[in-house]
Amino acid sequence: MGRWLDFESNPWGQEVLQGVSLDLMYLAIGLAVLFTLGHWFWYRRRGFSKQEEVAEAQGSVAGIPERIVRHTLASRIFHWSMAASMLVLLVTAFVPLLGLEFAWVTIHWIAGAVLILTIVYHVIHSIGWQDFWSMMSMGAKDVREGISHFRHVLSPKAPTPEKPGKYPFDHRMYHNGIVVVSLAAIVTGVLMTLRIETPFWEPNTYYPFVDQAVSGYSELGEPVISLTPGATTGLMFVIHGIAGVSLILMVTAHIYFAIRPDKRWFTWSMIRGWIDREHYLAHFDPDKWSVSDGSVQEQAPGGAIADSVVSAPRVDD
Amino acid sequence: MAIIRDMIPAFELFQPTTVEDALVLLAEHGQGAWVLAGGLDSYDWFKDRIKRPEAVIDLGGIDELTGISDAQDGLEIGAMTTLTEIVRHERVRSEYTLLADAAEHVATPQIRNQGTLGGNISQDTRCWYYRSGWPCYRAGGNTCYAAAPQAMNREHAIMGTSRCVAVSPSDTAHALVALDAKMIVRGRRSSNVYDAEDFFIGPATDITRMTVLESGDLLTQINIPGEWANAHFYYEKVRDRGSWDFQLVSVAAAFKTSGNTIDDARIVVNGVAPFPVRLDAVERLVRGTSVDEAVAIEAGEIAIQGSHALKYNEYKQPMMSNLVRRAVRSVA
Repeated sequence: MGRWLDFESNPWGQEVLQGVSLDLMYLAIGLAVLFTLGHWFWYRRRGFSKQEEVAEAQGSVAGIPERIVRHTLASRIFHWSMAASMLVLLVTAFVPLLGLEFAWVTIHWIAGAVLILTIVYHVIHSIGWQDFWSMMSMGAKDVREGISHFRHVLSPKAPTPEKPGKYPFDHRMYHNGIVVVSLAAIVTGVLMTLRIETPFWEPNTYYPFVDQAVSGYSELGEPVISLTPGATTGLMFVIHGIAGVSLILMVTAHIYFAIRPDKRWFTWSMIRGWIDREHYLAHFDPDKWSVSDGSVQEQAPGGAIADSVVSAPRVDD
Repeated sequence: MAIIRDMIPAFELFQPTTVEDALVLLAEHGQGAWVLAGGLDSYDWFKDRIKRPEAVIDLGGIDELTGISDAQDGLEIGAMTTLTEIVRHERVRSEYTLLADAAEHVATPQIRNQGTLGGNISQDTRCWYYRSGWPCYRAGGNTCYAAAPQAMNREHAIMGTSRCVAVSPSDTAHALVALDAKMIVRGRRSSNVYDAEDFFIGPATDITRMTVLESGDLLTQINIPGEWANAHFYYEKVRDRGSWDFQLVSVAAAFKTSGNTIDDARIVVNGVAPFPVRLDAVERLVRGTSVDEAVAIEAGEIAIQGSHALKYNEYKQPMMSNLVRRAVRSVA
């Protein structure tokens, strides 16, 4: 694994896995900067026209309100709470490693607890009041939609892709990625929190239950899978570390697209809750994300409409 | 466990004669450099092969780092001043007896002849898991072996822990905090002054260090302000062997008094946390009060609030409480 993983020797000269190397953090930061600058230059060089950036609104405006609610207040509260806790987690995890020292551990686990609460809230809200699967759906049709969209981004000569439903393919892909990475960070983070001082439990350095789950034990009490001493702990630190550096990349990309002028209307919708009719008609397929005055229509693949209503807010806010 | 050998592995030895030269050498060798003061902690590390520096920068030849001089307000003590010099210094003995007491409690006369004030406050923890080469948090690993349920942790911390439960071993550190000393730290490009209280850092801030000193930094001087000169002082150290040992718990306190009323106080305990612990709540309690037994008892009780004993160091809680009580009672 080269020097991406850190090992230390114990007094018996055995190499013990400790976690990921600091180099991986620098690599992630470097890649995040490269991606951001690279995309920015590429986008400028490719010369996207104004027409492409603000696609022409097509279709009838009959029955479509001027303002279309894209994110309910409940969704926005979740998003910004999660974003705040995620940023605090990243800052407390990596800034001390970059040289700015402060007592980060307590802030880190509290932010982690807030993140977990927001995610539990999000899952309950999504299941009860939104179309849970529409944010995650990744069927063959969705993949084709994504490929077609990607081709068009790479080459203006490629056929214009179909317009998506409420959640475009790249949004769903990002959502799924962040789900996987965040869950990995959360599960390992909770296990790491068991080892430190919190009001919830007595700290314990060892996890017999984790060792057993990872390795299994024979009837004689010997590990079925022979790992180097402390490897379970090391593995946990590795997973947490990889998830952490992945989040550097993912959050940077997310913030970059959120502040790009051509995507800023998405960001505004996460602040104000609504998008205007022009953007709706220009970027979405009304058959997949259907809205009308005061009523909620049917839903289509990849296009949740449960919280997509007209400017009159829903009661579930 | 660590294998102790007779021969120290080879390193390059540098003996600069100026602080500037020392800083240049520290910058050149970066993480591979080791600052040698009295050598009493360093050679243990080297012999045990737990620390293997490439370059050792011996400060013994830098005259400007030694000696005690009168300042406009207080004293200026070079970081390489020996503990014996501090114990014998007339002004320290008369105006800052707390520091003289603390320095006199360090180890043995021979060690005090060689050991320096800078070295005493910058020395590393005595946690034997760490010093035996276990890949613990403090050593850059991911586990505190001393906090494990079956660990031998009689000498470890009861407060201020954050993953690591090692304690600060210095006998003078808390006395300097009580005297509100200022630490002058020089780096290649800058010089910083730290309050003694901020000089010592806990594992929550950086688990691999006990002080603010980073690679390339040099503690050059300790300034003792005049504000606490001739205050009422109390120092007590409890150890297993009265003749020569590290502290289990010790207290250093400075009180400004009018009769038996405490006008102001600085009370600091060591041996209970990874850094000297200033007892703000106790100071608030005793400030402005006439000391009697009830106040002393309450001070002792407040002192250990929030402490958390490990398997084998529960005794430190009543020990610390009693030491604080005795410190406060000494004013009456």
